Amino acid sequence: MIIRVVLPAHLRTLARVDGELKVDVEGPATQRSVLDALEAAYPMLRGTMRDQTTQERRAFLRFFACEQDLSNESPDAPLPDAVATGAEPYLIIGAMAGG
Amino acid sequence: MSGVRLLVGTRKGAFILTSDGTRDDWNVEGPLFAGWEMYHLNASPADPNRLYASQSTGWHGQVVQRSDDGGETWEPIGNEFTYDGVPGTHQWYDGTQHPWEFARIWHLEPSLTDPDTVYAGVEDAALFRSSDGGQTWQELSGLRNHPSAGSWQPGAGGMCLHTILLDPSDPERIFVAISAAGAFRSDDAGKTWRPINRGLRSEQIPNPTAEVGHCVHRIAMHRSRPGVLYMQKHWDVMRSDDAGESWYETSGNLPTDFGFPIDVHAHEPETIYVVPIKSDSEHYPPDGKLRVYRSRTGGNEWEALTNGLPQRNCYVNVLRDAMAVDALDPCGVYFGTTGGQVYGSANAGDSWSPIVRDLPSVVSVEVQTLA
Repeated sequence: MIIRVVLPAHLRTLARVDGELKVDVEGPATQRSVLDALEAAYPMLRGTMRDQTTQERRAFLRFFACEQDLSNESPDAPLPDAVATGAEPYLIIGAMAGG
Repeated sequence: MSGVRLLVGTRKGAFILTSDGTRDDWNVEGPLFAGWEMYHLNASPADPNRLYASQSTGWHGQVVQRSDDGGETWEPIGNEFTYDGVPGTHQWYDGTQHPWEFARIWHLEPSLTDPDTVYAGVEDAALFRSSDGGQTWQELSGLRNHPSAGSWQPGAGGMCLHTILLDPSDPERIFVAISAAGAFRSDDAGKTWRPINRGLRSEQIPNPTAEVGHCVHRIAMHRSRPGVLYMQKHWDVMRSDDAGESWYETSGNLPTDFGFPIDVHAHEPETIYVVPIKSDSEHYPPDGKLRVYRSRTGGNEWEALTNGLPQRNCYVNVLRDAMAVDALDPCGVYFGTTGGQVYGSANAGDSWSPIVRDLPSVVSVEVQTLA
């Protein structure tokens, strides 16, 4: 299935893309499967969203969809249907920082 | 005509400054990798078009970039830095043991002979090597497996491996320095290591002459004489004439022997440069006067170089990797400040002028001398 993904500005620059991305995900749409597909399509993003060793979300990133904060949900939990059907994007957000 | 290319890393991007051999007029390109912390950019001595750059942020971690055309274009390369085996622990600020955790690359040192081989000094302190142009990285874990490693602890800036010196006369010999563990040497291309800190004295540690625990800020050598090492320690400017087997102090008449960078004149192995800084907490030049100090006697006797540098109301710092010398004659000397200035001297330090004044805070400066 095709999942829409919105990257933060620094990662769009790194991946050399403009605007929203679409990634092809095999199997159930979960945060893990979406991020795996994203990293496979854009290898330069490896390690910039999840720690390469622990696979944990980087502390200053958040994952949103359908006006929900999914950052602390299980990476293997199904994403909302609206994301799986392509109606809504999966949002990767750089946390506000700097005071 | 020959020229020079400065590779400047800042807190918010990288800049490439170029000039012809006169070093009078400069072209400023950047920011590259805008918004990212660029701890270090460095060039292969074997191929001037091959550049490596350490790019990181707190949001996205470590990225490594490579250019094969002298900085015109860049490609992200491998950024997986996995400690060899079970990472283990080192001492933390509170005295507890803390797991070794990769934070960032502080220093990239390309091989003297092979553009595809490059070393990375990282925080938490370890040395990695790539032999495929940076696509994959392997830890030289003999360093971190030294029996003393569990007692290493971070300084205020983190437990970083910040200095890597490759011996031009012996491909098996590598020097590194770690804050705050000290200097180490390998004589077998990085397989095994031993501390080389005899003669260092640090009153800030329980045993001032301990084998490890010294806050070494920077080590420099002249390639024609790799057995002679110059060190800027947290306090004290030191010298070794026996490849680090022993050290003696050469602070001499410096106004303060604290500082970060130290470098050697390209053609005069006994001419060295430091930037004295007031400390322990101020970390700006004494009396608001930015002065480079030059010794033409390998230490002990120092002269202040002030011509063209601000001599009042100057409160910037010069970080450990932010000084470099070119190989032209007369030797060019360059340094960047935390205030965003990059100063250059085309006459070995006799006079200085700002190449740029208002960059983001400068972390590192390297220079390439181009044919």
